[in-house]
Amino acid sequence: MKGIRALGRYFRDASKSVVRNFSLSLASISCITITLIVVSISIVISLNVENFAESIRKDVTVVVFLDNDTTKEEIKQIEEDLKKIENIDKMEFKTKQEAADEAKEDNEIFETVVDGWTEDTNPLLDSFMLKVKNVEIIKDTVKEIKKLPKINTVNYGEDIVDQLVTVFKVIEKVCIIAVISLIVVTAFLIANTIKLAIFSRKTEIEIMRLVGASNISIKVPFIIEGLFLGIIGSVIPIIITIYGYITIYNYFGGKILSSSLAKLIEPYPFVYLASLLLLGIGMLVGMFGSWRAVRKYLKI
Amino acid sequence: MELIRIADVQKTYKNGVVALYDFNLSIKKGEFVFVIGASGSGKSTLIKMLYREEKPDKGEIIIGGINVAKLKNRKVYILRRKIGVVFQDFKLLPKLTVYENVAFAMEVFSIDKKQIHKRVLEVLELVGLKHKARQYPNQLSGGEQQRVVIARAIVNKPKLLICDEPTGNLDPDTSMEIMKVLEEINEMGTTIIMATHDREIVNKLRKRVIMLEEGRLVKDYEKGQYNDERN
Ligand SMILES: Nc1ncnc2c1ncn2[C@@H]1O[C@H](COP(=O)(O)OP(=O)(O)OP(=O)(O)O)[C@@H](O)[C@H]1O
Ligand SMILES: [Mg+2]
Repeated sequence: MKGIRALGRYFRDASKSVVRNFSLSLASISCITITLIVVSISIVISLNVENFAESIRKDVTVVVFLDNDTTKEEIKQIEEDLKKIENIDKMEFKTKQEAADEAKEDNEIFETVVDGWTEDTNPLLDSFMLKVKNVEIIKDTVKEIKKLPKINTVNYGEDIVDQLVTVFKVIEKVCIIAVISLIVVTAFLIANTIKLAIFSRKTEIEIMRLVGASNISIKVPFIIEGLFLGIIGSVIPIIITIYGYITIYNYFGGKILSSSLAKLIEPYPFVYLASLLLLGIGMLVGMFGSWRAVRKYLKI
Repeated sequence: MELIRIADVQKTYKNGVVALYDFNLSIKKGEFVFVIGASGSGKSTLIKMLYREEKPDKGEIIIGGINVAKLKNRKVYILRRKIGVVFQDFKLLPKLTVYENVAFAMEVFSIDKKQIHKRVLEVLELVGLKHKARQYPNQLSGGEQQRVVIARAIVNKPKLLICDEPTGNLDPDTSMEIMKVLEEINEMGTTIIMATHDREIVNKLRKRVIMLEEGRLVKDYEKGQYNDERN
């Protein structure tokens, strides 16, 4: 009972203090808000990038082009040999004629060109389209395939995947640096707010000490005040995250670059998890800032 | 029964000033003790060490079984709960009413509101300010403000009340009113130690008087008077 009353008093004191130093509190809250918005953007970008890269990696198709002079029997043999390779999941044979037809469908400009080709002048090659079971060891699989006879080239678009991942890594790093520096600034601002809150209640604290309030009961309200600043500061970022992400998701129909590969992460439960994370960061930064100030300016 | 024992205490401030030397003193439960002496003789230093605002660099200070000299900072509150303190400058919270100022000292301990209400009115009655419970400190006279401070100091029923020149800013009549309140509190069993310059008060009340001179206890009279010595 006494504990609950004490807790009630801590929270009352803390909220009073937030209101009493309103302009300062507002500065801290705005700073947390800005920080968390940047955090939110970073989370959305980096997790989607991660998701995107992952689905590209998973969807890698290995294209094995055969030499132009490969005979039907040899193709049969290669198919048998490919089937023996452990890591190969599915495969599909595509003649050069099929490849030409596909090119025609894809692009009108090709149509006239392709129509001019005959069986002998078709510059394309017969190919096997392969899916692998484990992307991690794709390099070894490719090596094994290359050992087979009559293999012209093996292509799995590694460069594109790697390049994308590199670009995204850079974006991620920039986000992380921005977030960390903003968090540092915010923590300082909160520490300053709490410092002034402590100064403005100097007599009160002095009297509390004089009548025998324990150190904890003097310090805790200030820590809670920092916590409040963090919680209030995370409200707008959370709203922006939830509604913003859902809007973006719906606008793009869940895809970007009209590619079926580059899917955005499903909004639920993603937005709720992200919100929880924002709230958690807000609370932590708030408490950390006020803890610093309490340690420094409330020596008891 | 002994409430306070001070043995071989020495206090040196950071700037090298030695404020108390070879100090020995014993105070019994229920006593009323005046601490007198010229300005700078060490009265406030003695008072501050009693509520552990200052630490002695040598010796022992035992109050109600607590070794104050060795008390860790984070445990000072245990001592403070047994002590009420009254200063010359009142240290009231200007934005709180008389009632709230007194209740503040109890709210710190998360005591039940009804209990607080009962006790606050009780002590306000004792200091004669029940009718001013809703006033703010700046609406009160100096003597009334000091009575609020006394009410706050005793609201948690301390064993010991320490006062540093509680009548320092007050005229003689008002000072006597304050002293009446303190005597009443003392009669109810609270031990009181009071540092003062006020001859009239000391002479009139005829309590135990200890006199300091340049950091030393030089005289200790039962039922003493200020003019037992020349100053
Ligand atoms: N915080 C301090 N730092 C350094 N020296 C101090 C401090 N407080 C008091 N002193 C010195 O210690 C000595 C005793 O001071 P103290 O305040 O105890 O005297 P006092 O008897 O209360 O005087 P007064 O009657 O003027 O209040 C004085 O020489 C004073 O200058
Ligand atoms: Mg003094």
